[in-house]
Amino acid sequence: MNRIYRWLGNVGVILALAAGLVAWIFLPWQGVLAVAVALLLWLLLTRGGRLALAAGRIGIAGLPQRWGASSVIVIGIAGVVGVLVAMLAMGEGFKATLDSTGSDDTAIVLRGGSQAETNSVITRDQLPLIASLDGIAKGTDGKPLSSPELSQVVNLPSRSDGTDANVQFRGVGPDAWALRPGLKIVEGRRFGAGLRELVAGRGVQKQFRGLQVGRQLKLGNQMWTVVGIFAASDSHDSELWADADVLGPAYQRQSFQSVTVKLDGKTGFQRLKAALAADPRLKLDVQTTHDYYAKQSEQLTKIINVLGTVIGAIMAIGAVFGALNTMYAAVAGRAREIATMRALGFRGLPVVVAVMLETMLLALLGGLLGAAIAWIVFNGYTVSTLGNNFSQVVFQFKVSPALLWSGLKWALGIGLVGGLFPALRAARLPVTEALRAA
Amino acid sequence: MKYLHLIWAALFRSKTRTFLTLLSVVAAFLLFGMLDSVRVAFNSGGNVTGANRMVVASRLSITQMLPYSLDAQIPTIPGVKQTAFAAWFGGIYRDPKNFFANFSVGPGYLDLYPEFVLPAAQRKAWEADRTGAIVGETLARKFGWKVGDTIPLQATIFPTKGSNDWTFRLDGIYKVNDEKQKGQEQVLLFHWNYFDEANDYVKGRVGWYIIKLDNANSSDRVSKAIDALSANSDHETKTQSEQAFNQAFAKQIGNIGLIVTAIMAAVFFTLLLLTGNTMAQAVRERIPELAVLKTIGFSNRSVLWLLLTEAIVLVVLGGLIGLGLAPLLMKAAVAGSGGFIQLPSGLPSETIIVGVALMLVFGVLAGLLPALRGMRLNIVDALAGR
Repeated sequence: MNRIYRWLGNVGVILALAAGLVAWIFLPWQGVLAVAVALLLWLLLTRGGRLALAAGRIGIAGLPQRWGASSVIVIGIAGVVGVLVAMLAMGEGFKATLDSTGSDDTAIVLRGGSQAETNSVITRDQLPLIASLDGIAKGTDGKPLSSPELSQVVNLPSRSDGTDANVQFRGVGPDAWALRPGLKIVEGRRFGAGLRELVAGRGVQKQFRGLQVGRQLKLGNQMWTVVGIFAASDSHDSELWADADVLGPAYQRQSFQSVTVKLDGKTGFQRLKAALAADPRLKLDVQTTHDYYAKQSEQLTKIINVLGTVIGAIMAIGAVFGALNTMYAAVAGRAREIATMRALGFRGLPVVVAVMLETMLLALLGGLLGAAIAWIVFNGYTVSTLGNNFSQVVFQFKVSPALLWSGLKWALGIGLVGGLFPALRAARLPVTEALRAA
Repeated sequence: MKYLHLIWAALFRSKTRTFLTLLSVVAAFLLFGMLDSVRVAFNSGGNVTGANRMVVASRLSITQMLPYSLDAQIPTIPGVKQTAFAAWFGGIYRDPKNFFANFSVGPGYLDLYPEFVLPAAQRKAWEADRTGAIVGETLARKFGWKVGDTIPLQATIFPTKGSNDWTFRLDGIYKVNDEKQKGQEQVLLFHWNYFDEANDYVKGRVGWYIIKLDNANSSDRVSKAIDALSANSDHETKTQSEQAFNQAFAKQIGNIGLIVTAIMAAVFFTLLLLTGNTMAQAVRERIPELAVLKTIGFSNRSVLWLLLTEAIVLVVLGGLIGLGLAPLLMKAAVAGSGGFIQLPSGLPSETIIVGVALMLVFGVLAGLLPALRGMRLNIVDALAGR
């Protein structure tokens, strides 16, 4: 009968644990704070809590003796948290780069159904039609602010190993600088109109060879001079810019690929969209540049997040077994000590809490270690990947506080699972047998 | 071998501990199996042994097309056995999320890709059907296509008669038998003639040429000769082996090998610590028993081997279970994501070999220190519990 009760009890614990873990992952920080405060109050103010604290102190004081075994928990959890945070930071960084590109007050016009600039075509005769549409803001000279653009994919040797990678070479109109106020020249000057000159984003300059101001390079069978470096801290950082009217002929392109326009006030976008839909000559799509770039990060970010979570989960399962192992051994090794405490009158709950406190402390250490490693090694780590336009997007890992926080939550979750069952065993240890055992 | 039962008994002396350690090892090798097979699939890059294929593409950029006229010039170069060409189409099926590669190919393309197994009758039907298409089995299964179905694709680059709607008739479904190349089954192919005639933008242009060499040793000479054909023109070419071409592309997506290595390093470091700790505990607990073994005549060396084998058996057992579970989990992930995530359907032999080697290495590393301790035990001290 006793066995059945115990077995039922274990099943109940497992179910409660699963539910608790799910709730824990979704718990906002206020909730975590509330749980922590409640626990602290219970520890300090009630008799049971003070007993648990006293018992926990004995266990924690013994930690240095079991350092080898305890480090399995710490390092195992640090590994899980480090990998998880680093993976998610990669997705986060990519998303942040594309999300910060573009704005809600400019819009990009592409050929209907083309999805990305590379696939789009805007013919020269469409340009005046587009520029005259309603909803486009006028510049100081009274002309609509619009930049017809052309983007070519060019091969550049990467700095790391010299293999060719695709880089976006964007030809822009004279209004392009006004349309992207976040873009600043940090070295040299802007390219001159009608000249075979180009400016390079800082991201490209760091990832590829031969992009110093004053250097010449051969692109599309012609020599171009690098005259400036710009910084944009968004995905334009991964581009080369030149005059569209020079770039087009160099690649035998008579037409453009997109038109970026400044929107006129809050209703500008709606008006532009309506005007475009009403003109049967123009089969074009329009979206705000913010939407256009944000959409590009969706898929990759989702894949990275799913992968990161799956890998993290499998590692977490491994770490849970490691923690269970260590804590079972710790409980078994201290069986006499625990039995003595129970004989002295420590009840089940304080003993459970004491073992849990010890595990959670180790888990917290592991979580902090993993998060710190991820932050030190990966925050701001620059990489590049193939973006939507068949070309490289340079971005940085972004280890945000939110990611560190969720890493810590994972760590405590692992500690919870890893500590609970050994704690229950400690509380159920038959006192007489444990005392008698050598 | 005759001590196997002894090792087995020692291993299950503490069932909980062995079981938990085993599960950690299973988790680690499960992850290894999955990640490494992704890495292998990613890096293999169409590396078909003996295919001797090279790709001729534009030197300027991947999106630049080449003139059809090269089709007559390239075969005149000595060393070139066969040629074919293809042009990227970039159509989407219903939703951009359903991305798969689709391109038009010239006549004889399939002759260069003997690994695409297409029933002869279907091939004949496809070649006779101007608007016909063939797809790989994986892709057909994903969208539930059957031979005879009409497949609508939305053009993203090439409109036809002012509209983006293209339709193709499915004439055949090909298979690729090599597990490493299963990704090649996610492709739709149709006729370049139809593409050339029906699209509104480009005429007489192809995306890239595939050539087959007489023998692999002439690749340098042939690639120089082909590139010389168009030197200083507006369509300079770059000829490289198919593998180099694919790898250059894969590399741009990211250094998958480095990511996998970094993750596995973290995992295995932890694993080593864990199994090492388990073995140390196991030896510590059994000191009196080991002393008894030595007393009844086991040599120091055989005690060392017993303990070392115990560690190796533990890791190999868990590792094999993990590697065995990996393909199942990958299949579940692919099915569960509705084709959103693409993973190879089986473990490549490379992964299995590396995996088993790693198991042996970790078994030895984890067991070595505890085993040495067991070997050096002094019988008298150990029995006295000192």
